[in-house]
Amino acid sequence: MEKSRSLRVQSSIPLWRDERFLRILGQAVFLAILAAILGYLTRNMLTNMRQQGLGLGFDFMRLTAGFDIGEHLIPYDRSSSFLRAYQVGLLNTALVGGLGIAFATILGVIFGVAQISSNFLVQQLARAYIEFLRNIPLLVLLIFLYTAVFIKLPRVKEAVMLPGSVLLTNRGVAIPWGIPTETFSLYVRILILGVFLAIAVGGLLAWYGRRTGRAPLTLLWSVLTLVGIAVVGWVALPDSPLTLDPPAVQGLRLAGGRQLSPEFMALLLGLSIYTSAFIADVVRAGIQSVSQGQVEAAKSLGLTTIQTLRMVIFPQALRVIVPPLTSQYLNLVKNSSLAVLIGYPELFHVSGTILNQSGRAVEMIALVMATYLAISLLTSALMNWYNRRVRLVER
Amino acid sequence: MSPINDLQQTPVGGEQPIILCRDVHKWFGNFQALQGISMEVYKGEVIVIFGPSGSGKSTFIRTLNRLEEHQKGQIVIDGIELTHDVRNVEQIRMETGMVFQQFNLFPHLNVMQNITLAPIWVRKWPKEKAEEVARQLLDRVGIPEQADKYPGQLSGGQQQRVAIARALAMQPKIMLFDEPTSALDPEMIKEVLDVMIELARSGMTMLVVTHEMGFAKAVAHRMYFFDQGLIVESGTPDDIFIRPQEDRTKLFLSQILSH
Amino acid sequence: MTKELAARAQALPPPTERYTLLGWVHKNLFSTWYNALLTVLAFGLSYALLKPIIAWLIGQSQWEVLKVNFRLLMVGQYPMAQMWRVWVCLHLLAAIVGLTWGIWVHGRRLLAAVLLLVPLSLALLPTISSPTRLFLLGLDVFALIAFGLGRLRSLALRRLAIWSWVVYFFLVILIITGLNPAEGWFPIVPTTLWGGLLLTSLLTVVGIAFSFPLGVLLALGRRSRLPAIRWVSVGYIEVIRGVPLVTILFMASTMLPLFLPSGMRPQLVVRAMVGITLFSAAYLAEGVRGGLQAIPHGQYEAAGALGLSGFHTMALIILPQALRIVIPVLMGQFIALFKDTTLVATIGLLELLAISRSVLAQPQFVGFQREVYLFITLIFWVFCYFMSYISQRLEIALGVGER
Repeated sequence: MEKSRSLRVQSSIPLWRDERFLRILGQAVFLAILAAILGYLTRNMLTNMRQQGLGLGFDFMRLTAGFDIGEHLIPYDRSSSFLRAYQVGLLNTALVGGLGIAFATILGVIFGVAQISSNFLVQQLARAYIEFLRNIPLLVLLIFLYTAVFIKLPRVKEAVMLPGSVLLTNRGVAIPWGIPTETFSLYVRILILGVFLAIAVGGLLAWYGRRTGRAPLTLLWSVLTLVGIAVVGWVALPDSPLTLDPPAVQGLRLAGGRQLSPEFMALLLGLSIYTSAFIADVVRAGIQSVSQGQVEAAKSLGLTTIQTLRMVIFPQALRVIVPPLTSQYLNLVKNSSLAVLIGYPELFHVSGTILNQSGRAVEMIALVMATYLAISLLTSALMNWYNRRVRLVER
Repeated sequence: MSPINDLQQTPVGGEQPIILCRDVHKWFGNFQALQGISMEVYKGEVIVIFGPSGSGKSTFIRTLNRLEEHQKGQIVIDGIELTHDVRNVEQIRMETGMVFQQFNLFPHLNVMQNITLAPIWVRKWPKEKAEEVARQLLDRVGIPEQADKYPGQLSGGQQQRVAIARALAMQPKIMLFDEPTSALDPEMIKEVLDVMIELARSGMTMLVVTHEMGFAKAVAHRMYFFDQGLIVESGTPDDIFIRPQEDRTKLFLSQILSH
Repeated sequence: MTKELAARAQALPPPTERYTLLGWVHKNLFSTWYNALLTVLAFGLSYALLKPIIAWLIGQSQWEVLKVNFRLLMVGQYPMAQMWRVWVCLHLLAAIVGLTWGIWVHGRRLLAAVLLLVPLSLALLPTISSPTRLFLLGLDVFALIAFGLGRLRSLALRRLAIWSWVVYFFLVILIITGLNPAEGWFPIVPTTLWGGLLLTSLLTVVGIAFSFPLGVLLALGRRSRLPAIRWVSVGYIEVIRGVPLVTILFMASTMLPLFLPSGMRPQLVVRAMVGITLFSAAYLAEGVRGGLQAIPHGQYEAAGALGLSGFHTMALIILPQALRIVIPVLMGQFIALFKDTTLVATIGLLELLAISRSVLAQPQFVGFQREVYLFITLIFWVFCYFMSYISQRLEIALGVGER
């Protein structure tokens, strides 16, 4: 068709009414304001720091720390560097985080399932547990556990002995521990071999499952392989790789075993049960999200109860459970920073001490925040990867 | 041969089309939804657009009020060209009313508020005037008693009639209908079509994407058959129903008219 | 698990089972051998846990520490002469709650009775001073008057109720702070004197009042069509959500003065409020985003087709719907914020938890941790439980709403 020019069509748009221009303008103005604010704050900071004679930089991390840390997983004393102290804190956070996640998950699954149990008493107890913990501040719980429970345990002389040689005292809890013997390093190698074999078995079964369309118990067989090798290795070695070392009271102090400080116990217990209440709700919601129709469909296909659980309910519930579960795990790790008020030397507490000793507020706060942020972002990235994978499988 | 409906003979329009489209193209990523649509619509005309799903008919009608942005070609509504000029978009949206397949009523507002919202906030009418107009429109679409109800309390047909009243409240020069009866239960289609037929007879310029061939036969001036982003065939209802030229049109018509 | 699901699916047991106690016990506690085992186990476990606690409550616990320090725990060092201001805030709250109840809640008589009985029974305690007694009775009087007014259910009252909630938050801050810098009428009470439950509540109120609008803005920013605004919002939200609140509070308390021009040093309370607000806003933004995502695209299109501007579309169409959807989520965030205020103890503010610690540092009360911490646990629990109860009611009420 030929273009007629007879229409009153406006050919050029004034710049201030062009949406493309307005869009760019909006963003430019926004960024300019943001930059101005940030610039202003940064300039203030630099001026203030200059006035106080402070510089920026992380060189101070190599200086001698000069303070003690009660609990450390790696060698540390007051002559170690700030960097070493930071690493000690980071490892303590990892320890409490890892153990806390494990215990919180176990408790959370138990209470989550108990919540939808057909047993009235079990169901009500689970609800009470969850309703109590969800509605109190974690910090109050931690301080209560620390000052009103663990510190109030009997003195060492009157230590309470629990079954399995666990000693409860106001100086901490002592549990039996294994001491490595000469064969220990050999045993570790056997275990590593076991892990490789378990992975191989898992891979083989998964391949077999894909080929035949059945769903073999991949994870179960892998774990069984590992456990089998671990047991056989333990029995087969001439000396057992670990000797049991139960704790005992020696005069006014504890000896032997592994001693866990009241701070550590209060933090671990508090984080575990508090988070477990939230995980329990996540688990319950996940199970309830699988519709009754799915169960009926599986039953009508002739699947057994176990098969229904494993191949129908579980994979679907997991898809609902995993994202909020991950965020609960992250909450637990972030919440471990509350240990600063009960004195367990995790990342935040140690960093605070470093800050006080070195006077480097900006650097230390930035470092701590960056560390937590890195943990969070890494976890989110893994999460997203997992989600994409699950979704692809499901669709 | 006598024409299918009496409107085909009515002299319509002036010297200048109220809608003018020239070689309109639209891509979604790599998929080309519109491959050069040209159309002229004159004042008072009723246009029916039909075609298989994915043919671009909905996309086309949505480019007319900038719910979709066309990337090539020219669209001129009532002398205003649809460009990146925000004021033009604003004016064109005030002059066109749109009715959606899914009604898209505002669920948090009652029927009266749904209808008066745009007149009050866009046309800046006083509330009393807006409500007066709204009452007349509810009368016209046949549900004056439902003014205080919420959309969720109405049937699909009633909701769609409210949606028509809502669009009319802005006193548009053109009404766009995007499959207005496709989401309705069969017994409710008629009540909506009756309103649309009344509207057509009152002289409103209408573009209707629909498969309701009864409606087309009753009031359409011209019909367009879309397929794969192109206009395959166009003409009066007589042309399309009685003497279709293209095989694809014949096939499609036989499919939708067979049941 | 499937069995349990199946059991839940049966809405009501047949009438014969419903009415015999034995039948109920058998069905719910001893239906199978493992159910019976579970019942016995659960019973034993709760007995083992509860027995020492109850024994302690009856036998050893001493509550003198609370009686002596009650005022400290409630309001910290807030001056005695200005206590009426706290009462005014409470009376206003009672009136607004009464009004809201009258307009929207109607029933729920039992809960209402419990709420009304709390001040009444406190007022009847023999140890309470007579002005306090009057103030306490005033709570019930105001609540009842407002409730009666609310029953009229006029449109104007509805608006009044909504606006009074909004205004209340800011009014409380004003009343507690004061206006007059000099001595005399309505003097400014220095924030260093705020403490206890009063400070906890104020931190919560301020946190909600300021983080809510900020959170909505961030949520809108995250869904903006303009990439620059979107990415800045995403960055802010993710960074804040990636770090613990203590680090942000710590930053607010130590670094905020660094960022400001030299000489400008906001009070510690203000810095804590800034920290809490910035933190909470990121979480609220995620909540609001959930609501925005739930709004079908057709709503935007319908608004656009009617000629509404982007601002009007958001303000009149999208946000009212989105916020209504996420009210339960937001309530959850507000509960979390309330609990999180305890963290300001780490920067030296004397809110409820921190003031408990200082009470326990008094020589005559060393060793009363259980009593004091149980008491504040109870306070937190009651408040949080009440808030989550309301949120559940709202969820149900909104579920049967217009949509």
